[in-house]
Amino acid sequence: MTTTEAARPAVGTRRWAGRAHPGGSGSAMSYGFVALYAALTVAFGVLPAGYAFYLAFTDADGAFAGLANFAKVTGDFRFLPAAGHVALYLVIWLVALLVLVTALAIVVHTIRLRRVSSGLRLIFYLPGALAGASSVLLWLFLLDPTASPIGALLRLFGLASFVQVIVPGNLPPVFAVIAFWTGAGGWIVIMYGALNNISAEVIEAARIDGAGRWQIAWRIQLPLLRKWISYMAIMSLAAGTQLFVEPQLLSQASNAIVPNDYSLNQLAYQYAFQQNDFNGAAAISLILLVIALALSAVFVLRGGLFETD
Amino acid sequence: MRTPGTSRPGFGGWSTRTIASVFVVFFVLFFGIPIVWLLLATTKSARELTTGSPFAAGSLGGLRANGEQLFGFQDGAVIAWIGNSALYAAGALVIALIAGIPAGYALALTRFRFRRLLLVLTLIVMLIPNTALVLPIFLELSEVGLIGSPLSVILPMSFFPFGVYLTYIYFSTSISRDLLAAARIDGCHEFQVFSKVALPLAAPIVALVAFFSFVQSWNNFFLPFVMLPASEGYPIQVGLTSLLASTPAFNPSSAGTQSVQLPTLALATVVSVLPVLIVFLFAQRFLVAGLTAGGTKE
Repeated sequence: MTTTEAARPAVGTRRWAGRAHPGGSGSAMSYGFVALYAALTVAFGVLPAGYAFYLAFTDADGAFAGLANFAKVTGDFRFLPAAGHVALYLVIWLVALLVLVTALAIVVHTIRLRRVSSGLRLIFYLPGALAGASSVLLWLFLLDPTASPIGALLRLFGLASFVQVIVPGNLPPVFAVIAFWTGAGGWIVIMYGALNNISAEVIEAARIDGAGRWQIAWRIQLPLLRKWISYMAIMSLAAGTQLFVEPQLLSQASNAIVPNDYSLNQLAYQYAFQQNDFNGAAAISLILLVIALALSAVFVLRGGLFETD
Repeated sequence: MRTPGTSRPGFGGWSTRTIASVFVVFFVLFFGIPIVWLLLATTKSARELTTGSPFAAGSLGGLRANGEQLFGFQDGAVIAWIGNSALYAAGALVIALIAGIPAGYALALTRFRFRRLLLVLTLIVMLIPNTALVLPIFLELSEVGLIGSPLSVILPMSFFPFGVYLTYIYFSTSISRDLLAAARIDGCHEFQVFSKVALPLAAPIVALVAFFSFVQSWNNFFLPFVMLPASEGYPIQVGLTSLLASTPAFNPSSAGTQSVQLPTLALATVVSVLPVLIVFLFAQRFLVAGLTAGGTKE
């Protein structure tokens, strides 16, 4: 209640938080505040990662196995095709996502009518409500030429039956379309927000210098969006490696024309629950986790987007 | 937020404008048609769905018939699954808020040992895809005998680092430390400062975290798929696969007493996302602002 304390607060909280409470220190209170969250972080972040690590390097009896599990899963005849499927899907999806989301955000951003622009964002964003199994189910309908509203379009490409639509060669673009339909809207909204943050003077100056619409987009907006585009790319890349629900449902809906070990995550599931080989499953999980972690680490360290202080 | 008029470069030439319009219209159709079609499909009979025009509406009677078939499936399993989804999503949401909001507050406004460690862990785990840790979590929970219990999905889903990150950003940028200091000087305990001053101010961010947690839990597929062996415990997203397996159009071997027609499956899809869809529509502005705030922290 003294003037010295009143003058202090903006400076380091550490010192005065302790002083303001003779009874319990502010720092002890902080531990109370974070305790439950920290416990959850350990239980569902740190421990499972550590456990996967332990299992991946041991055998069924718990003895150290070196790289045997990794050799086994990567040598599995299903591993390379599964990795190839995921990789091909990722390439198609990422290119579509980066190019189309950026382009759509820039175009929607140029629309001056507020209602139109926010209406468009809503339409793009709404499919995000249908995530998970629901969106895959909806796309099963859309891809079945007998029921689909775009049946005519499918037949135009010579695809007359559901089985023809989902031949293995078509699957990477099919999954990419499903993922794009569900997820692009959220990114468009984020890009739109980033475009709003570009100062009006910069654009105005460019226009006075004689830049046209294309030049403004290409030379000013695009470079300034780079941080966000790389953010989107890395988050999507990490998430895309985990492909599971799309092929899993499609496998079920196609009577196993689509194999149930199409993606790496499905293969890990097969190891764990069909073969009772948790060490092998852990090895695949760990490979996927390391890829996701490495991508995140690159982003945290080099992106500069998440300053922690 | 938006700068009207001159700052916004409009389209110059006629051809540029045409290209842009065609581009936007194409994507409006791409994003919009499936949803419109899905809603219409729920009102049709199986015959109308395959033979009629895709964008003709069916009838209320058709909707009722589909509803009866859907909710009659396996003696009302769909209702049970929706109940499970609600239980899991609500349980996870409550724990996520109780754990996450004070944590975000403490990380932003106090200094303590391990603070940096916890922040870095939060950022890293936030960037790890949801599904990446599912199998290890399964193994961990099977060690402690929790597999099959509701807790096996509620607890992992209640770990919500993105919510902590949003809260942390909010408290570090939008709350005046002077205000909190004044409350302390007025004799508030640290906990009262949080609950009586900071928390009411943070109401919008609490709602936002609650919303994201709810949507993420409701739509989660892989985690409950792995954790819950019995159909009675399924959330609706996993229950959908049972419906799919009983749909002869996709799974010819399933034509039996419990077979599901296509329009019924369409209705199931709508029902499975209805809670999320409703909140989406009502909270759109708010969400967009939150997404942008989470993304663009400046």
